Amino acid sequence: MSATFHWVGGYENPCSQVFPSGVVVRERMYNYLDFEKPVADLEGKILELKKLAESGEAVDVAEEISRLEKRSRDALRDVYKALTPWQKVQVARHPDRPHCVDYIAGLFTDFTPLAGDRNFGEDNAIVGGFARFKGRSVAVIGQEKGSDTKSRIKHNFGSVRPEGYRKAVRLMEMADKFDIPLITLVDTAGAYPGVGAEERGQAEAIARSTSACLKLKVPSISVVIGEGGSGGAIAIATANRVYMLEHSIYSVISPEGAASILWRDTTRSRDAATNMKITAQDLLELKVIDAIVPEPMGGAHRAPEAVITATGDLIEKTLGDFASHPFDFREQRREKFLNIGRSL
Amino acid sequence: MNWITNYVRPKLNSMLGRREMPENLWIKDPESGEMVFHKDLEQNQFVIPASGHHMKISAKERLRFFFDDGRYDSVENPKVVADPLKFRDEKRYADRIKDARTKTAMEDAVLSGVGTIDGLPVVATVQDFAFMGGSLGMAAGEAIVRAFEVAIEKKRPLILFAASGGARMQEGILSLMQLPRTTVGVDRLKEAGLPYIVVLTNPTTGGVTASYAMLGDVHIAEPGALIGFAGPRVIEQTIREKLPEGFQRSEYLMEHGMVDMVVSRLELKATIARLLKILLKVPVEEAGPAMDVALPAPATTPETRPQM
Repeated sequence: MSATFHWVGGYENPCSQVFPSGVVVRERMYNYLDFEKPVADLEGKILELKKLAESGEAVDVAEEISRLEKRSRDALRDVYKALTPWQKVQVARHPDRPHCVDYIAGLFTDFTPLAGDRNFGEDNAIVGGFARFKGRSVAVIGQEKGSDTKSRIKHNFGSVRPEGYRKAVRLMEMADKFDIPLITLVDTAGAYPGVGAEERGQAEAIARSTSACLKLKVPSISVVIGEGGSGGAIAIATANRVYMLEHSIYSVISPEGAASILWRDTTRSRDAATNMKITAQDLLELKVIDAIVPEPMGGAHRAPEAVITATGDLIEKTLGDFASHPFDFREQRREKFLNIGRSL
Repeated sequence: MNWITNYVRPKLNSMLGRREMPENLWIKDPESGEMVFHKDLEQNQFVIPASGHHMKISAKERLRFFFDDGRYDSVENPKVVADPLKFRDEKRYADRIKDARTKTAMEDAVLSGVGTIDGLPVVATVQDFAFMGGSLGMAAGEAIVRAFEVAIEKKRPLILFAASGGARMQEGILSLMQLPRTTVGVDRLKEAGLPYIVVLTNPTTGGVTASYAMLGDVHIAEPGALIGFAGPRVIEQTIREKLPEGFQRSEYLMEHGMVDMVVSRLELKATIARLLKILLKVPVEEAGPAMDVALPAPATTPETRPQM
């Protein structure tokens, strides 16, 4: 069961179009998910009316537009206030969703990416380096999926190979050496399953990376911004504080994988998504994560700046707490994870 | 399973009116197809004498074969919340657990014991593949965490026999959390300066390899074991080509630097004891049979059922 996307208005993205009148209309266009159809229809109509107005063929559509805009906002709210887990999976994977590099650009200054595992190669699925966050030095490690064909290939769709995890270990050890807190941004469907990855010790690389997270003496914060895909995610998500965006997911296996293994039926992803409890709300209830970052109405992709700012605010508050009330970060992290599941 | 068990035996049973025959009296070697008598196989720790094929064995048998005279103290596994997600797929998870318990006479997939090997006190912890594919859920994770704690309390090395298809999906994210949880155990054991030996047995895949099973000071693999992060089918689907010969088998992993040695089950105990005594600087003359530990009578294992 894969998500399909609808383009509205009968013309193609990107979002600008030169009309006969010579006026360039810039309208934000979205990739609509199946269940967003009511919203897509309304926004399509609004766009058409605006086009008409621009071309001078229609008069006095302003009132109709504002009426439709209200209806469309309501429709969006109705859809998003009751998202099912499977719908959240699709929002979490939305192609327009802000990715790691967007957060880095929005939250940090002087970001200096570092590359390579000093052993085999550079893996662009992990973006990492050092930067300033509101003036303070931080280490940043994130998974980047890419946003168009070229960048998706460059970043291997966010599927990390052993080199990526070994680079992460290198950066974590460096953060510890220079006493700099670590922020990780988690967004991966899972570690890359390939012959080379296996030969170079994918499992060992993940295990070492998780262990490196656990060993840090400096404080660490992880934010699941999209997909937290199993071992590929936990390798960089074992932190003092773990946060998730409102419509992100975090799971031991993809719903599709679980459907094919447990139900032996790939059409049962919806059930797998529900029964495995993979949403941010589920994980907060299971006391696996510490807090949820709210997303704008309609998901992070409708207002990336807002969600990036909200994420930054939570990071700032957490780092502030760490600085004003420091504790044994390594020991707290270990006990935090040992306690998961013990008080359910 | 084969014509003897399916046809001849039932026929004999009905003729003689006997109901209680041990199952799997004859075992078929998956490599050569040769039939081996069950008792002979058990004598040989379920390594098929002719082909050297290593069959899967239960956790109980593993501990019995491993410790001196088959004696050990069982470590009590901590209690955990059962079925935290109230999960069901085609079947209720609660029922799957019940079936696995009936089938294996185990509470969950991990057993640990404290005893000696060639006189050296150690802690050993074993995953049983027969219990839901040795899958790593809260119970197994907690049992492994406990085994590390016992090793640290008793200042003994820990030997872990891994056998698992990976995380237990029916426990969702809580099974994934066993990766960092068990890793805390590994890290603390290492900080205590105690050796950690991992024995990778057939099969060890998924989340188990991505945590404690790949963090040993020494990695030993039984011959021919499937060991890897992603399953071969998943990889084949991803790359859409045939996998190399012997891919993800013990010998292949050794060639690629992931395991230190491939050791026959019959040589495991001697190999591990020898290495540990060197690492722990045990003087040569002290390495006698019984050290300062009093151990209980041999663990009773009335049924020793091999698994294919």
